[in-house]
Amino acid sequence: MFPKDLEKGQSRSVEGIEGIDEIGKKYSRSSLYKDAWRRLRRNKLAMVGLSIVVLVILVAVFAPYIAPYDPTARVKEESSLAPSIKHLFGTDLLGRDIFSRVVYGSRISIEVGIVAVGISIIIGLFLGAISGYFGNVSDAIIMRFADIFFAFPYILGAIAIMTVLGPGVINIFIAIGVLGWASFARIFRGSILSIKNKEYIEAARALGASNFRIIVKHIFPNAFAPIIVYGTMNVGTAIIVEAALSFLGLGVQPPTPAWGKMLAESLDYIDIAPWMMFFPGLAIVVTVLGFVLLGDGLRDAFDPRLR
Amino acid sequence: MLYYIIKRILQVIPVIIGVTLILFILMYVIPEDPARLILEKGATEQALQNLREKMGIDKPLYVQYWRYIKQLAQGDLGTSYRYRRPVSDILADHYPNSIKLALAAIVVEIVIGILAGIISAVKRYTFWDTLVTISTTLAVCVPVYWLGMMLQVIFGLKLGLLPMSGMGDGSIKYYILPSITLASVSTAYVARMMRGSLLEVMANDYIMTAYAKGLPSSIVIGKHALKNALIPVVTLIGMDLGSLMGGAILTETVFSWPGVGRTIYLAILQRDAPVVIGGTLVLVVIFVFINLVVDIIYAWLDPRIRYERREITV
Repeated sequence: MFPKDLEKGQSRSVEGIEGIDEIGKKYSRSSLYKDAWRRLRRNKLAMVGLSIVVLVILVAVFAPYIAPYDPTARVKEESSLAPSIKHLFGTDLLGRDIFSRVVYGSRISIEVGIVAVGISIIIGLFLGAISGYFGNVSDAIIMRFADIFFAFPYILGAIAIMTVLGPGVINIFIAIGVLGWASFARIFRGSILSIKNKEYIEAARALGASNFRIIVKHIFPNAFAPIIVYGTMNVGTAIIVEAALSFLGLGVQPPTPAWGKMLAESLDYIDIAPWMMFFPGLAIVVTVLGFVLLGDGLRDAFDPRLR
Repeated sequence: MLYYIIKRILQVIPVIIGVTLILFILMYVIPEDPARLILEKGATEQALQNLREKMGIDKPLYVQYWRYIKQLAQGDLGTSYRYRRPVSDILADHYPNSIKLALAAIVVEIVIGILAGIISAVKRYTFWDTLVTISTTLAVCVPVYWLGMMLQVIFGLKLGLLPMSGMGDGSIKYYILPSITLASVSTAYVARMMRGSLLEVMANDYIMTAYAKGLPSSIVIGKHALKNALIPVVTLIGMDLGSLMGGAILTETVFSWPGVGRTIYLAILQRDAPVVIGGTLVLVVIFVFINLVVDIIYAWLDPRIRYERREITV
């Protein structure tokens, strides 16, 4: 009787395991990121944001093929022309085609947005990991250090740094990148604190995994979602700050086209050539809007409870 | 409460020291030769050496930093490279104008932000709610100086209704465009927070009780809900006062407003680092100080905060 029952039981459990296997197969490809992507695709505003972001990146990459004219070429006879078929966005005072300049200007904005935020993320993750994982003294020191950076209003801090370092793209990367790390460190620290005492981390530690391995293999993938969300939103902020720096004459130097710089050049001519300031400004608004909508969408996609 | 106040003040001290340290590094350590920055290009080696000695650049860094802190403690922010005047005097001349603009912006923020938030929450999911949501999202994406320029073109140039720049005789019409520009982003945040906060409060039982008593909506919202919903919004507005003073550089530049922000902008153009760094220090310290005051007031208004934080720290 016993062996029979066992047999029966075995066969039942095998059946059960097969069933689980099938379910497993069905969902094996499902992960946090795939689920998030599925939810993101259903969010129309986020898709609008994603399309804008992809479009602006494509424009930046293929600028030489899209721009009809050389963005720095001056044509004396075509000074401050209103928008027309020949010059879609008009021309500036030096006779340069504004459409071509806006197209090329996307390069600086995207470059700064991505590289500067990348720098912030790298510094933030490194210090945030030390702070959250090891705690105690290192935590106290790093978090007080972060408080100092929080005390600087973003633009003001960037201005102070750029005044000393001098204008230039590399310096913008440094200024914006260095100023932004504190938020990422705080977010990452928070995620680590909520994860580090979970059973699976304890299990990894019990198996003899090193601190480095635990952080990189086990904590990092689970704490990365908020970094992606905040990082995306921050690209928009970085673009606005870069434009502000260029507007104040601290950013990219002429003749390289940058949206903020174009706005600064138009400041004295808003009465005779308002298109000079309209289009670069619109480009900033649309690009930043893209990153903000995408960031909002990602936040909802990673954590539907927040909706 | 006293414990909380002392704790917050103690927390601010290292922040202020850190800020001065960072600005000191920016001002005296990073530039290869600050003396060369101050003097014109053709300065003689002797003149440079004299200035280096006078500034104490030849001394070790900690001696220089200590000297810098002592100067700051006496209200000495350094001397402008261009005007050869104390930075503190230059800033003091322009500060009142910046404060006036910041206060005008706060008024805009309170009136438009709170009203838009209330309308959006009360008329949830209607056209008005959508309108507020769209405009607040857009406002966050618009660079303030571009908004300022657009307003100048529309209301100054095309319609001729308002002055385009400057402070003129100081009458109210000169404040309208710059204050709207300066307040744009924070107004959007206030409107969003007001909406969220009011919706949260409206979901409480005591609001349902008020409705059940037969009170009209205007009284339930105006008298019962708004009082509680306003607390976080007021905190946000308080904190904004600090950042508005710091963020006015762009607005003041576009509108040629004779405040600290524009002074900093002109100093940037003239590579007058002491004015930029000194101005930044003053604005950051004000920002930190206002945040401190707001935090304390908030803790006083809402006792949960001071007790909660006490538990965490103890």
